[in-house]
Amino acid sequence: MISGIFHSRYEDDMALRRTHAQKIRLVILVIAFITFPFFADRYSLTLANQVGIAVIGAIGLNILVGYTGQISLGQGGFMAVGAYAAGLLTLHFGMPWWASTLIACLFTALVGVLFGIPSLRLKGLYLAIATLSAQVIILWVVTHWTAVTGGNDALVVPSPTMFGIKLNKDFNFYWVVWSIALIATLLTVNLFRTRFGRAFIAIRDQDIAASVMGVDLFKYKLLSFAISSFWVGMAGALTAHYRSIVTWERFTVDVSVLYLAMIIIGGLGSVTGSYLGATFMTLLPVLLTNLGRATKDTFPIMETILPFLQQGVFGLVIILFLIFEPEGLNKMWKNAKDYFRLWPFSY
Amino acid sequence: MLRGFTSELNSSRLKAGETQLKVDNIQLNFGGLTALLDVSLEVRQSEILAIIGPNGAGKTSLLNCISGLYHPQKGKISFFKSDEKGGATEQEVTRMRPHQIAQLGIARSFQNIELFRHMTVLDNLLSGCHIHMKSGLLASMVYLGAAQREQIKFRQFVEDIIDLLEIEAHRSKTVGSLSYGLQKRVEMGRALAMRPSILLLDEPMAGMNSEEKEDMARFILDINEEHGVTTILIEHDMGVVMDISDRIVVLNFGQKIGEGTPQEVHNNPAVVQAYLGENRVHLPNQLPEN
Ligand SMILES: Nc1ncnc2c1ncn2[C@@H]1O[C@H](COP(=O)(O)OP(=O)(O)OP(=O)(O)O)[C@@H](O)[C@H]1O
Ligand SMILES: [Mg+2]
Repeated sequence: MISGIFHSRYEDDMALRRTHAQKIRLVILVIAFITFPFFADRYSLTLANQVGIAVIGAIGLNILVGYTGQISLGQGGFMAVGAYAAGLLTLHFGMPWWASTLIACLFTALVGVLFGIPSLRLKGLYLAIATLSAQVIILWVVTHWTAVTGGNDALVVPSPTMFGIKLNKDFNFYWVVWSIALIATLLTVNLFRTRFGRAFIAIRDQDIAASVMGVDLFKYKLLSFAISSFWVGMAGALTAHYRSIVTWERFTVDVSVLYLAMIIIGGLGSVTGSYLGATFMTLLPVLLTNLGRATKDTFPIMETILPFLQQGVFGLVIILFLIFEPEGLNKMWKNAKDYFRLWPFSY
Repeated sequence: MLRGFTSELNSSRLKAGETQLKVDNIQLNFGGLTALLDVSLEVRQSEILAIIGPNGAGKTSLLNCISGLYHPQKGKISFFKSDEKGGATEQEVTRMRPHQIAQLGIARSFQNIELFRHMTVLDNLLSGCHIHMKSGLLASMVYLGAAQREQIKFRQFVEDIIDLLEIEAHRSKTVGSLSYGLQKRVEMGRALAMRPSILLLDEPMAGMNSEEKEDMARFILDINEEHGVTTILIEHDMGVVMDISDRIVVLNFGQKIGEGTPQEVHNNPAVVQAYLGENRVHLPNQLPEN
């Protein structure tokens, strides 16, 4: 809700950051991001990198699920495609990491389109099952095509380097992953300022009306699968290069559910929501573990029940959001902004 | 009052009065039910053609056939557009898919508002411009130069429609939060954003109070008179129909039982018996279903 702010040129009214408050917030955010790695310890850097990868994956999933309304349980599988494709290209063809990553993303987009074909006929729960089968099929191929993927054995990926610098060191990787997150953010935000993004949302809100407006449902649903899978593949490819080890266990259906939780909690159909949800869901287990450690002396039982507690809290958080704030953290953030913008006259 | 449009609202180049759409003996069945039987009609450039008939007569089904949502089992629907030489070329649309028919500029609104609920009014109208936007995917994602200029150009165009429909105060609101009458207006705006060659309006005034109805009738007339947009209008309010339409087609149980000027239809015994006879000259306003 932005009221009381007027622009005299359409350019200004259509800009991404329209108010001073927005611009100031952006500057603070950028400074925080740039200075963070110089102060953070290694553990925090690892977490920041994990969050960065999750942000890219969540943006990807949100394009498909949140914006286009095509539910997907194939996230883990598509990340696996990106990770294995990137890892194998770097390993066997000696490609530079960025080239193998780019090709892996394009390949994942293609696989996404392939598994997106059922969406032309199926909706809702049925589509969820169809994309779940994508997840199962991809992991089956990964674990059984031993000659190429190594099957159950881990795939060891050479360290990514650039200008002679090893990029998989936490400090160096921070710049890689967050630059890519920034690019993903800008491209996605722009996408939804144009006919492509509007067509996606139109399909989500009212597909028959969309087709009568001239949107080719066939083409645009598959396009959404392609763009979404590109970024999901990116998250996978970055995981491969960051960890240097690719195993199928990292891409199970749990991952699909985790990412769905991210975008539901963060906010469906919102890039900011993807950030909030990815951060929240990546840091929640850490918080719980720390809480367990801190209270271990007072409540020794915490140590043993903590793993179960974690799963429980995960589920509980999702349910609470669905009940009390279905629009997610993004909505809460908006409400807070509105509150302070009108403060102290907020009535 | 009307601001100069930066681009043409009407994308058809035919001369007024030329045949623009021809529905030829179409039949539409749903299982055992015949929704349309041997229906034929012609729509001419720049006229307002009203389609009337009791509930379930097949009016909406006819529009759905024209916009490609239903495909009639028999018969043919053709669309005419002007060629370079000033003549008219015929194109059969019977088997075309909805988005292909939309490319021809056949725009419509729905009986039960089908807006993009979570978008703002502006975005709804801009999504109506879909078929006219040309920027490619990569250019759009980078959003520099031509892609940005295109968005600004269409923003201007859409602002003209906003002025025309007098919804300035609501442009940045989510349509789901607007009143029923305003949503109907926005839906017509979205159809106008397509620069319609033919505008199909399915009960644009249903569920409105008389003031809102008057506004809507005025908009439809403005669009028709100032811009020459051909309009097919389904409406139950006989007062409005008699007032604003050039010609009327009457459907009953899926068949055409009458056609002509308002006066002719009013005096047609078959029509009077089937439709107007039973004191239904002024049907009660239909309540919206949602
Ligand atoms: N998709 C469908 N499946 C089955 N039957 C349908 C379908 N659409 C319409 N019908 C039937 O076709 C007949 C004509 O319906 P239609 O909606 O065209 O009537 P209408 O003239 O628009 O009526 P109203 O004034 O109530 O809007 C009705 O009997 C209706 O039940
Ligand atoms: Mg109807």
